[in-house]
Amino acid sequence: MPGSSPPLLDVRRLTTVFDVGGRALPAVNDLSIAVHEGETLGLVGESGSGKSLTALSILRLVQPPGRIAAGQVWFRGRDLMSLAEREMQKVRGAEIALVLQEPGSALNPVFSVGGQIAEVLTVHGRASRLEARHRAVELLGRVKVPDAARVARDYPHQLSGGMRQRVLIAMAVACQPSLLIADEPTSALDVTIQAEIIELLREMRAEFGLSMLFISHDLGIIAGHSDRVAVMYAGRIVEQAPVRALFRTPRHPYTAALLASVPRGEVGRRLRTVDGSVPALNDLPRGCAFAPRCPDALPECRSETPPSVDVGPDHAVRCLVHGAGPRRGD
Amino acid sequence: MAFLDVRHLVKEFRGQRGWRMDPPVVRAVDDVSFSVERGEVFGLVGESGSGKTTTARCILRLVEPTSGEVWFRGQDALALSGSALRRARRDMQIVFQDPSSSLNPRMRARTIVEEPLVIHRLGTKAERRERAAELFRLVGLDPEHLERYPDQFSGGQRQRIGLARALALEPSLIVADEPVSALDVSVQAQVVNLLMDLRERLQLTYVFIAHDLRLVEHACSRVAVMYRGRILETGRTETLFRSPAHPYTRALLSAVPVPDPDARPRRIAWNPEDVDLTLPLRAVDNDHQAAV
Repeated sequence: MPGSSPPLLDVRRLTTVFDVGGRALPAVNDLSIAVHEGETLGLVGESGSGKSLTALSILRLVQPPGRIAAGQVWFRGRDLMSLAEREMQKVRGAEIALVLQEPGSALNPVFSVGGQIAEVLTVHGRASRLEARHRAVELLGRVKVPDAARVARDYPHQLSGGMRQRVLIAMAVACQPSLLIADEPTSALDVTIQAEIIELLREMRAEFGLSMLFISHDLGIIAGHSDRVAVMYAGRIVEQAPVRALFRTPRHPYTAALLASVPRGEVGRRLRTVDGSVPALNDLPRGCAFAPRCPDALPECRSETPPSVDVGPDHAVRCLVHGAGPRRGD
Repeated sequence: MAFLDVRHLVKEFRGQRGWRMDPPVVRAVDDVSFSVERGEVFGLVGESGSGKTTTARCILRLVEPTSGEVWFRGQDALALSGSALRRARRDMQIVFQDPSSSLNPRMRARTIVEEPLVIHRLGTKAERRERAAELFRLVGLDPEHLERYPDQFSGGQRQRIGLARALALEPSLIVADEPVSALDVSVQAQVVNLLMDLRERLQLTYVFIAHDLRLVEHACSRVAVMYRGRILETGRTETLFRSPAHPYTRALLSAVPVPDPDARPRRIAWNPEDVDLTLPLRAVDNDHQAAV
């Protein structure tokens, strides 16, 4: 995927902090990721790793006490960080769309779902009010909502969770964005509905030529849905690789531990675990944030922050122990 | 007779009375029967609204079933009252899904863990203190932290406190209602391992409620798949996962995401209207029944 053409989205050294008690706590720390045209980048991490805040930072939706402290977000030749707020509003929803986890709270309960889809189109000047109404019904059909004309008049509470998520996807693709950020789009859904929504996203990706940043804590969903994967821990990308390389030959001990802790149907076998839990933002250890839990940690891991090192084709890792390999420029 | 025997359990909830209408009745649990042997981990699997949690609560009589029987260690649990019920309740305990909402944030961990002992008037104050420390060690927590409040623990540690509370009365049956689904993946495995270790050390029997099929396959020896209040299929975990007989089970299993980029899962689509909920369970194999 990464070829000669510049990536569609290029996030460079993004740092987002929370200003708490006179300190600036880095929740997203020196993060660089890229999404290429037509590609899906999976961003995987546990709660508190900073993956949702990364999505909000890209769209400049971070609320105080959060603050984007440094970095650039290049999208189609422009640095979104330097745009005026009015320009940014034209990007949100029209060029970069966001689908969130909780379909219940992302919709307005007092407007019909058709009206809410239509609003996306009118706000961005893509259609007149009457046209937008018709397009809303058509979009509902395209996200496989049965009886779209009737559902368009329904209110969010009349729909199931899976149907609401379809409505949100229809809103997201309404203006034909080139990038879709999906933040745990199926975590609140039952497993059979989850599978349907994943399938729908895959179809939408092909139909609309979407590039995606797909955020999830579920390695199963990431495995089946991503071209490349970035693993996040305590605000940093600790490993980034093509999906096969990441699942076959993980280099970072955290990635390896995450993969090993997924039950794989060996009845009664003990699961492999990592001790401890994700460090709190106000209590980040020095050096590598994973070092206190890491089975392979060396003394220097607790003092030095590991740099990102290339260890294979398009495969980078931040680890002093497992980062040995062909280096950038060698 | 089995250690726990649930027979034809039914729980109906009544909705709001409408205008000139009888209140609508929802059958959350509809003729559910299963039995659990001593020392077994029995999995109740289903999606939201399948009735798995209501079934568990009926067993513990946290809600009163509408009809049916629950036999626990040879006793008719639904017929118990007064001191006999209190005694039976000591023997069956529950671990809830979300440790941040099932632990009182204003209580110290010590108070939470000692509370069942206080309620059942067991031991002196000194003995209860000693027992709390012992329970903390048992679930892998440091007794020095007993004076802390729940928000000073991580999610995984909070679930260990919930487990310590459940173990305080030395129960023989633990109903674990989605015990790890609110936890991070790397922490889930720790808690699952702890549950399995404790089962061996304390000879516990579990009814394990979960929607995560990968976890159920890992942890349970036998399993029942629930849908809209009914058991559609039940049997040994290995058999049921290898050769599911009910179309719903097949759809459910095929929907589980596999953490392997080369697995090309063929999702088996499924239409709720295709399920005949009136079919009874019948044997399809040795220790394997399905409503087909």
